[in-house]
Amino acid sequence: MTENVDAIVVGGGIHGCSTTLHLCLAGLKPVLIEKDYAGRHASGVNAGGVRQLARHVPEIPLSIRSMGIWEKIADLLDDDCSFESHGQVLVAENEDELAVCRARVAELNALGFTHEELIDATELRRLVPAVADSCPGGVVSRRDGAANPAQTTTAFRRKAEQLGATVREGVAASNIRYSDGLWYVDVGSDTYAAPVLVNAAGAWAGTIAAALGEPVPVETVAPMLMITSRVPHFIDPVVILRGRKLSFKQFKNGTVLIGGGHLATPYQDRNETVLDWKSLAISARTVFELFPVMRSATIVRAWAGIEAKMKDDIPVFGPSSRHKGLYHQFGFSLHGFQLGPGAGAVMAELIVNGGTQTRIGDLGIDRFHPSTL
Amino acid sequence: MTVAPKHEDYDVVVIGAGPAGLAAAAISAEAGLSTLLLDENIGPGGQVFRAIASTPVTERSQLGADYWVGADLVQSLRASNAEVIQRATVWSLDRNLDIAISVGGASAFVKAKRVILATGALERPFPIPGWTLPGVMTAGAAQTMLKSSALVPDGRTVIAGQGPLLWLLAAQILRLGGRIDRILDTTERGNYFAALPHAFAFLTSPYFAKGLSMMREVKAKVQVVSGVTELSASGDGQLANVSYVAGGKRETLPADLLLLHQGVVPNVNLAMAAGVEHRWDELQLCWSPVLDANGSSSVAGIAIAGDGAGIGGANAAVVRGRIAARAAVEALAPAAAAKLPAMATLRADLAKAQRGRIFLDTLFRPAPQFRIPSGDTIVCRCEEVTAKDVLDSVAIGATGPNQLKAYRRTGMGPCQGRLCGLTVTELMAQARGKSPQEIGYYRLRAPVKPITLAELAAVPKSEDDVKAVVRG
Repeated sequence: MTENVDAIVVGGGIHGCSTTLHLCLAGLKPVLIEKDYAGRHASGVNAGGVRQLARHVPEIPLSIRSMGIWEKIADLLDDDCSFESHGQVLVAENEDELAVCRARVAELNALGFTHEELIDATELRRLVPAVADSCPGGVVSRRDGAANPAQTTTAFRRKAEQLGATVREGVAASNIRYSDGLWYVDVGSDTYAAPVLVNAAGAWAGTIAAALGEPVPVETVAPMLMITSRVPHFIDPVVILRGRKLSFKQFKNGTVLIGGGHLATPYQDRNETVLDWKSLAISARTVFELFPVMRSATIVRAWAGIEAKMKDDIPVFGPSSRHKGLYHQFGFSLHGFQLGPGAGAVMAELIVNGGTQTRIGDLGIDRFHPSTL
Repeated sequence: MTVAPKHEDYDVVVIGAGPAGLAAAAISAEAGLSTLLLDENIGPGGQVFRAIASTPVTERSQLGADYWVGADLVQSLRASNAEVIQRATVWSLDRNLDIAISVGGASAFVKAKRVILATGALERPFPIPGWTLPGVMTAGAAQTMLKSSALVPDGRTVIAGQGPLLWLLAAQILRLGGRIDRILDTTERGNYFAALPHAFAFLTSPYFAKGLSMMREVKAKVQVVSGVTELSASGDGQLANVSYVAGGKRETLPADLLLLHQGVVPNVNLAMAAGVEHRWDELQLCWSPVLDANGSSSVAGIAIAGDGAGIGGANAAVVRGRIAARAAVEALAPAAAAKLPAMATLRADLAKAQRGRIFLDTLFRPAPQFRIPSGDTIVCRCEEVTAKDVLDSVAIGATGPNQLKAYRRTGMGPCQGRLCGLTVTELMAQARGKSPQEIGYYRLRAPVKPITLAELAAVPKSEDDVKAVVRG
């Protein structure tokens, strides 16, 4: 049976769920199709960083838009998503790195962005007392923070469903086709038809785009994270390093999340990843050196989520360059979680109003394929 | 003394030195395969033959003749060339057969052509009201103390639950002069009828005579209450009373120690973390790996033997260990396999060892009220999550154990779901009107036992890192 809806969203990550919710808020009836369950992959198992800090310039406007939504997330979702705003701090481990930080903040200021702020050793020590004495300063983005990724993605999904979205989990979208102004997608024995199709399928989105004639340079990656046993509270902000791959966050319950982008081997077809402990050992060494207080903590668990990484490290976001009614929202390249709320709002504007006030022009798929529309 | 593995590569790595692991490692090494046996305890034996090489209990009859069979297995292992490392915790195994081991506070990595998992069983969770109070422990923990240190209870002691191990422990405690005030048997009356059709096989199995005489021995010395349908422990920060209902009548008795046991289930953590497919076993009410007749799992190169392959008891474990090892020898050194016992012989041994198992599984299938708690009863001890908390999360959209983690952190503490996993699966299945198979289990991840950050930080750099530094 074919059911007509206003929009079909493929992919139940935070992006697909957020776009579905914002389409509902705009009065549309969307269907969300997720082959596993909402938040099964990267969106549910990432580090939960809500970060404007250290972003690529083309995605800063979207990140700032998103931050505004994060700060009122409970109003939007009836769920606080465990969002906390204690800032994010980028630590320079030596004077050379601090010089890079200085240049970066100056560049952002020249572009009119003020969310990143250069800090000296004293302010760094005030924000992160436990950091090693040798670090001369860094950058802070004070409104940043962190949230619980699975809780957040699930909350978006739940609210969208409450507002009338149809959520289909456990069966993959297949046989995507376009005919007479409508997109058709099969879900098991059901078919949905809509004038709008949003490709938010994360690590699986590149295949969908390619099948629709818009191949992009994307690979599947699986950044690893590990979490420790509870240790006494010693740090509030999220900490990332300028020179080495490390991100670091202590939760309210005392556990500490250690990430930074070392990669596992993804086995995408099996929904599996195989961890690389030699790389995780590098993260452990970095923490060991920078935070002596962590040395006796135990590693309780490590994992990796499967996601899409673009060759140029910025997402594919906006209308298709070839097909009417098709929109892409994928390739967030290890930093898509914070963008989710804002990207959903902007995507809904693009779909409903045909445009948005948020500057996203550099993120389009037309950077790979000149538009034929 | 603890030592690191001598090599980085082995033909066969056997994990666990209980009955299955001891038998597997001996066969593999005798056939000339380079064999590494890793075991977490201070000596070989696993739980059944715990402390077999070191127990202070010298009067053989106190632990029973079956226990001392372990000594022969240890002897054959020692006569072989297998490399054995005790106090070695395997904290990671993946589908590439890369194995991470913690020995003496330092981690090492080895790679195997074949892995035989013999990680045995765990006691099934017994989530009754008050089960987390100090003074309440599992029968298995009590047995560990008894075997390794000859320690037996001397305060007011109640044993509650069911299953062969419960009676074995009771007999062992009594023989060593320990105190038991009452045994509360939770076996469901209906199970006796359900088990009846399988009784013939059991009557002709070695379990029958031994089991019967053990129960007689215990019943002669301790008051046994059968048909217990409700059970709870209470006390202010410490166990004070055990309360139960039998035959519709409630009774409360003061106690210092409550030992709980309702059977054992496969210890699946390492196998699941390696990606081995498991299925829900509706008779044994637990997850068991999907295996072929040789014990080979869904992950190429990983075989599982012993109770980790599905509960079968010590005799079956020994044979399953031999079968898995023989299959490894056939694959890696076919010429050497000719000297080993034929596969057909081993399969006949296994059939014999498994006789009567269905009877036991049916008779001692735990009752729902002792597996699926309600209200304020704790489900997840690490995060102090109650049955009601789980049901509340289901009501707002948690569909399985992995989604539940996001709501309640169940299974995310140090025990990695060992104490709550089955309870969570069955509780959510009941709440959602689905089968446990549909509900699924936690996705388990390494490290399957926690390691310190300092230990991980001290892991030697890989050869590539070293070369990169040298090239500078």
